Amino acid sequence: MLVTGVARQLGGRFVRRIQRDPEVDRVVAVDAVPPEHHLGGADFVQADIRQPTIARVLAESGADTVVHLDVTGTPLGSGGRATLKETNVIGTMQLLGACQKSPNVKRLVVKSSTNVYGSAPRDPAVFTETTPPKSLPSGGFAKDTVEVEGYVRGFARRRPDVAVCVLRFANILGPAADSPLAAYFSLPVLPTVFGYDPRLQFVHEDDVIEVLRIGSHEPRRGTLNSGTFNIAGDGVLLLSQCSRRLGRPTVPLLLPAVTWAGSLVRTLGMTDFSPEQIRLLTHGRVVATDQMRETLGFTPRYTTAETFGDFVRSRGPGLLPPEALARAVDRIAALPLPGSGHPPAQSAD
Amino acid sequence: MADAKVIPFDDDRSRGGAAQRPPRRRGGAGSRPPGVQPAAVGEVQPLPGVAPAREGTPGTRGEEPPRQPPQGPPPRPADDGTGGLERRVASGLAFLRRRLTGDYEVDDFGYDEELTDQVLMSLLRPVYEKYFRVEVKGVENIPAEGGALIVANHSGTLPLDGLMMQVAVHDHHPAGRHLRLLAADLVFVLPVVNELARKLGHTLACAEDAERLLGQGELVGVMPEGFKGIGKPFSERYKLQRFGRGGFVSTALRRGVPIVPCSIVGAEEIYPMIGNAKTLARLLGFPYFPLTPTFPWLGPLGAVPLPTKWTIQFGEAIPTDGYPPEAAEDPMLMFNLTDQVREQIQHTLYKLLVQRRSVFF
Repeated sequence: MLVTGVARQLGGRFVRRIQRDPEVDRVVAVDAVPPEHHLGGADFVQADIRQPTIARVLAESGADTVVHLDVTGTPLGSGGRATLKETNVIGTMQLLGACQKSPNVKRLVVKSSTNVYGSAPRDPAVFTETTPPKSLPSGGFAKDTVEVEGYVRGFARRRPDVAVCVLRFANILGPAADSPLAAYFSLPVLPTVFGYDPRLQFVHEDDVIEVLRIGSHEPRRGTLNSGTFNIAGDGVLLLSQCSRRLGRPTVPLLLPAVTWAGSLVRTLGMTDFSPEQIRLLTHGRVVATDQMRETLGFTPRYTTAETFGDFVRSRGPGLLPPEALARAVDRIAALPLPGSGHPPAQSAD
Repeated sequence: MADAKVIPFDDDRSRGGAAQRPPRRRGGAGSRPPGVQPAAVGEVQPLPGVAPAREGTPGTRGEEPPRQPPQGPPPRPADDGTGGLERRVASGLAFLRRRLTGDYEVDDFGYDEELTDQVLMSLLRPVYEKYFRVEVKGVENIPAEGGALIVANHSGTLPLDGLMMQVAVHDHHPAGRHLRLLAADLVFVLPVVNELARKLGHTLACAEDAERLLGQGELVGVMPEGFKGIGKPFSERYKLQRFGRGGFVSTALRRGVPIVPCSIVGAEEIYPMIGNAKTLARLLGFPYFPLTPTFPWLGPLGAVPLPTKWTIQFGEAIPTDGYPPEAAEDPMLMFNLTDQVREQIQHTLYKLLVQRRSVFF
């Protein structure tokens, strides 16, 4: 088995986990930079998937399963958006080219994202795998994933003997998550777009590892693991709910101000807060996971709310911890009745 | 199809009204006459001067001094009143606590049942009961369970008719069903409006969302005339426009759910649209910009709707489960069914108009 993108937390965890499976003899872990975490007994090969050397690595390893995790939204260490885009798109092209030439490859798993659907007010409320997006993402990571999926579809056409599994993950959260959204939720005060309360869905890191395992093994009886699947925890959280559960106050800003501030922050290079991220936090996105349950045969262990709860626990309390608020309300409830004017609630939204 | 929830025009009235209306029908113990709630009486001290509780949504308006005594139950002895008050305060605080800590659930469409029941409905109800004095007929035609598609006429410049229909179903249906409206995309583009629409359980009028909701066994409301109906001039009142392309029929056919025609009388006259400032509308990105005898001449005051008397009549359901699965692809059948629904609504409209004594009473 060959795994790309192992220098990231998720890739590292997946490599460590997959070696414990009896079906896996040998794992070749590939990334352009050596990982800081250990990879268990996997063989690390330092190779840049943007270079044709990846074909040699693949041929020498003789891998029958390729798990492509090097499609990400955040740059690792140095290197800006341009390098990231190259790794995402050119890297995928090179890797797919290598796979096409290799007669051994029988299975390909690609990590994609529900970003491919974009976020627009004119979209249906719930995306299924076949929903065409009303407005294609115009740039950033979302556009990368759209292009990556395009190349993967082309590969699947040319190599019908290879089982191709594209996993569209909702926002991945967990104690170790390093996504832009996790960075956003770590801000002391959350800027939001005035007049919008987006619906968000999360998937837990543990579930990501699990579903990647399902995708990279032989399908279990009665299931099929080739195709495109939305992967998300059950249920939906509104951004306002998220902020209250985190205990971080929100600052509603007008949409033009948010867009402007976003581009300012990007220019200053403080954080890669892309326009598509702002669109997600304006209009939200919810995907249907029926295919994941019925065809792929996977049931996530964490719901969206539980995933978020786990993330909250790992981040520590915010400025307005929900427990403190709850205690305050309880104290008011314990007051003798006559004076019980409870505080005004902005909770109505 | 269009419906936006626009509450701004009578905010204070609805608040005043909320204070005096009895809590919603299914609201539990709060509304019962004193004899029904003997619990908590013993340990509560009688507080003669205590303000009567405000009902509905104590959590959001608890700090205001009550303006009117509750009018539902007759004035009751002080100890009974405080028993009810304490319970209401407690439930209000529990509500406040859940809201502040984010401990509530919304569905995939962003529908916030708790907020709708406790807050948004109590804001709309005064408009429904006191302002438009809506009379509801034939609510028993809505099935008590399972999916159904309610198809209604659309009028009134602002989509208040959709909101009133939602209150009508919510408050009058014996099974206490919630109506999920399909709204125009404009609703989901506008800030604040989209947020409230999602929380009220509305979603975009598209086949995917409608099918998903019907598949979940929800009651879905649609107004197929769309902007053509709501933005038609006053001279064409109660003349049904084209029913879109009949997409609602094929959606109902695919899910095999009954179609319930619904006729709304009274909404046409709330803003008599005598003109349409097309250039201004194009500039603002709206499908039309209404000119009424009062708007925009009187400014915000002109945006107050006329207090017409409304009637909402739900007609007999048209079953669609008898058709073969490929029927949804049959254009002839679709047109026939669309016409049948349209005719039925139009006929009921004329019948209701004949029965109506006056626009305002």
